[in-house]
Amino acid sequence: MKANGTVFKYGDNVDTDVIIPARYLNSSDPKELAAHCMEDIDKEFVNKVSPGDLIVADKNFGCGSSREHAPIAIKAAGVSCVIAETFARIFYRNAINIGLPIIECPEAAKGIESGDEVEVDFDSGLITNKTKGTTFQGQAFPEFMQKIIKAEGLINYINQK
Amino acid sequence: MGMTMTQKILAAAAGLPEVKAGQLIEADLDLVLGNDITTPVAIHEMDKFTTEGVFHKDKIALVMDHFVPNKDIKSAQHCKCVREFACKHEISNYFDVGEMGIEHALLPEKGLTVAGDVIIGADSHTCTYGALGAFSTGVGSTDMAAGMATGKAWFKVPSAIKFNLVGKPSKWVSGKDVILHIIGMIGVDGALYKSMEFTGEGIASLSMDDRFTIANMAIEAGGKNGIFPVDDRAIAYMKAHSRRGLKVYGADPDAVYDETYTIDLSTLKPTVAFPHLPENTRTIDQVGDIKIDQVVIGSCTNGRLDDLRVAAKILQGKKVAKGIRCIVIPATQKIYLDAMEEGLLKAFIEAGAIVSAPTCGPCLGGYMGILAEGERCVSTTNRNFVGRMGHIESEIYLASPAVAAASAITGKISAPIE
Repeated sequence: MKANGTVFKYGDNVDTDVIIPARYLNSSDPKELAAHCMEDIDKEFVNKVSPGDLIVADKNFGCGSSREHAPIAIKAAGVSCVIAETFARIFYRNAINIGLPIIECPEAAKGIESGDEVEVDFDSGLITNKTKGTTFQGQAFPEFMQKIIKAEGLINYINQK
Repeated sequence: MGMTMTQKILAAAAGLPEVKAGQLIEADLDLVLGNDITTPVAIHEMDKFTTEGVFHKDKIALVMDHFVPNKDIKSAQHCKCVREFACKHEISNYFDVGEMGIEHALLPEKGLTVAGDVIIGADSHTCTYGALGAFSTGVGSTDMAAGMATGKAWFKVPSAIKFNLVGKPSKWVSGKDVILHIIGMIGVDGALYKSMEFTGEGIASLSMDDRFTIANMAIEAGGKNGIFPVDDRAIAYMKAHSRRGLKVYGADPDAVYDETYTIDLSTLKPTVAFPHLPENTRTIDQVGDIKIDQVVIGSCTNGRLDDLRVAAKILQGKKVAKGIRCIVIPATQKIYLDAMEEGLLKAFIEAGAIVSAPTCGPCLGGYMGILAEGERCVSTTNRNFVGRMGHIESEIYLASPAVAAASAITGKISAPIE
C-alpha cells in the first residue's frame, strides 16, 4: 500500500483547534468537518487539496483538544498520510484508531516542502521526495498498530479478535 | 528496576507484576468518560460492534457540558443522541442540565474518581484526576467506544518526568501559576508521551483545587498524565466525596525518571501565558501594558470554589472597568450553590460581572463569550491557541483567577494587590 500526492507543509504545534475549530463541532459528519479542515491556519487548504495529498509538519502535530473530529476531517478531506517530526499523543492514537496513516520522521519533516511530490510506502516505511530526489526511512508501525490500520480502525480490529 | 507511581497503577490494572516504559499493555478501566461533543462520535463507532451493550453501566460517565444548555439545533441533536444512548443502556452516571457541571470538576465532586483508578475520557483534560492519585488520560471517541464496550484500553507504558516541589507559594500564587511556570519551562511538548509526577514537601501547601488545576494542564505540556501522591488532604477529600475504596500507590524509591526538576514554590510569581501558546509565559512584573476587552473566570482548569473565592475577594466592593466584559462560570451546580451561599455571586454581580450556569462554553469558542477580531481576553482557561475563543485575530492571555479578577478592575493585565 502506498500514498502518493502533493504536500501541504506546516510548522510546529499545529493544534486540533486550527485543524477543526470548535465552532464546527456541533456536527460529527465527516464531509461537513472536511469542508472546514485547517481553516484557521490555511484558508486555501480545502480548495487546493486533492485526494491522496499529504500533510507534512514539524513537531507536536495535533496538540491540544482530544477531538477525533481532527483526524476525521483530515481523512475525509482526502489526505492519504500525515508525516511529522513528532505527534501529540492523543492525535497519534486517534489517527491510528480511525485508520489514518501517520508517520513520525524528523528527517522527512525537514527535507520536504509545500508543493513537493511525495510517495510513502506503508509496508517499508520508506518516504520518497520525488521532487527533490531524496528518500527518508520512516518509523515502521508496531505489528498490532499495523493490524488496526489494515482493519481500517480499532472497532473492526476488535470485532476480528 | 523500580516503577513510577503511574507504572505501578498500570501494572496492577494490566494484571502484571511489573511494567517497563515503552511496553504495550491492555489495562482494565475503572471509568470511561465522554461529553456532548465526543460521545456522539463514540456512539457512531459503537454501532460497528458485532457485540451489543456496554461493559458496565455504572463505570461510564456521560457529561453534557460543552454546548449545554444547547446553543443551537445541531448541538441539541448531539445531546439528544447521547441522552437516548444513556437511557437505552441505563447509564447511571449521565449528567444533563440541572445535574451537570464541567466534567472534570463534576466527577471528583460526585466521588466517581478515586486514587488508584485507571480512567480514560474522550476529553483531553481527563488528566485532571491525577490530583487524586489516579491514572487518567485523554483519548478520542473511538478509544472511548472501545472502552465502553470492552472495559479495556491499550496503553504504551510512559516514562516520567519528576517535579519535586519545595517551599510555600506566596499569597497570590496559585496552582495555575505553578503549572504555567512549568509549561513555560519545559514547553508545550516538554512532557510528550510522558507522565508528569509531582512530589515533594511543597505539595502539602497546595489545596486540592490547586492540585486539580496543575494536573488538568499536564496535557498542555504534552503529558500523558499528571499525578500527585495521595496524602492526608487527598484522602480527606475523597472520603468526603466518595464511598469507593481507595487504592493508594506510591513510586518506588528506585523508580527511574527521564528528568527531575526541583521547583521552589516560594520563588514563583503570578504568571501569564501570552498568545498563542501556553508556553509563552511571563511573570506578572514582565507583562507590560496590555489593555483587554474581556475576562473569563471559570473552566475545568479554574472554575472551582477556591478559584471563585479568590476572585470574589478581589472584586468585592470594586467595579469591573467600564467597557470590560467579565464572565464568571462556576464549574458545577454544587460550586454554584456554595458560591451563592458564601455571598460570592453577590460580590461578582455587584462588581458588574455576569455569572453563568456551568458550561465549557467560552473556553473552546463554543458560546457565552466569543471574541471579535482584535479583542483581547484574560482567561483562567487552559488554551490560548489561534482562534480558540473566537476570531483568529483575537488574543487570549491565560492567568490565575487572582490575576483575571484584578485585570477586570483595571482593564489591563494586572497583578493582584492587597
